[in-house]
Amino acid sequence: MDGNLNLIGLGLSAIGPGVAIGLIFAALIGGIARQPEAAGTLFGRAILGFVLAEALFIITLAIAFVIK
Amino acid sequence: MSLTAAIAAASVKAGESGFEAPNAGIFNLPEVGAGVTKSMLLVGLSAVLILGFMIASSRKASVVPGRLQFAGEMVYGFVRNTIARESIGSEHFMKFVPFLFSLFLFIVVNNYYGIVPLLQLPSFGRIGYIVPLAAIAWLTFIGAGIWKHGFFGFFKHATVPHGVPSWILVLLVPLEFLSNIVVRPFTLTLRLFGNMFAGHLLLALFATGGAYLLQDGNLVHGGVGILAFLMGIAVSFLELIVMFLQAYVFTLLAAMYIGEAIADEH
Repeated sequence: MDGNLNLIGLGLSAIGPGVAIGLIFAALIGGIARQPEAAGTLFGRAILGFVLAEALFIITLAIAFVIK
Repeated sequence: MSLTAAIAAASVKAGESGFEAPNAGIFNLPEVGAGVTKSMLLVGLSAVLILGFMIASSRKASVVPGRLQFAGEMVYGFVRNTIARESIGSEHFMKFVPFLFSLFLFIVVNNYYGIVPLLQLPSFGRIGYIVPLAAIAWLTFIGAGIWKHGFFGFFKHATVPHGVPSWILVLLVPLEFLSNIVVRPFTLTLRLFGNMFAGHLLLALFATGGAYLLQDGNLVHGGVGILAFLMGIAVSFLELIVMFLQAYVFTLLAAMYIGEAIADEH
């Protein structure tokens, strides 16, 4: 096995966004269950939150491959 | 590297000792010829495909749409209604629909190359193809803001929040400038690139790893190899969703930035 500490950091950095994305979609499902007619609006907002949470990991992914 | 070639390469290596996991190098394919790479050909092909599809679906447009016209109108309606109108507002959104529509189609087609048999290379796994798209989106929302508010008006609109005590503006204005103007094109680029890059790498890893384990000669390893292939299939389905979602998100964010830039002061 080869590789460096970057990859361990990459794995660790996936935890935060993973939890965040889970919370976001849990809230989305809860919201739709309470008010099914608002599903369209809620989905757009949820995707926005998902994207912002995911961005953290994506930036880490890029940096992990850039920094040697 | 297309997956079939990657599997073949892994099969050759199986005879030697040790498994070499695919890395970023799988995107560096040999040139097809005369400085042209496979990704270049695929991006060119995507333009032809999109043009062909749109011309074919709008050519004999009738009030009662046929199958092809319905498909084209569905995609167009999706971008116009759920992305552009929702984010930009019903007053100015039609000006930006052509841009957003072509952006969406271009990204969707180029992403799905990653899963089409025999092509199997998402051309947006190379970051160079995304940078111009993000740059165009960046210039578009800044241009739209300047068109609406004037040069200084736009930068005031984008960086000075309302209802904040004046002494804290010293801290807030640079932060808002950074997050609203500077960072946006970078996150747009990196998000799409990271998803396509990581997805392709994951598929290649399962395919080559599975092939290596199957040819290891050990029965238990063979079982795990089959499991790896099954996981590869499952990940392909995940990629089907991710590829669409990333095109949607890129277009949605471009539309949101435009909508924010031309929003009225209140």
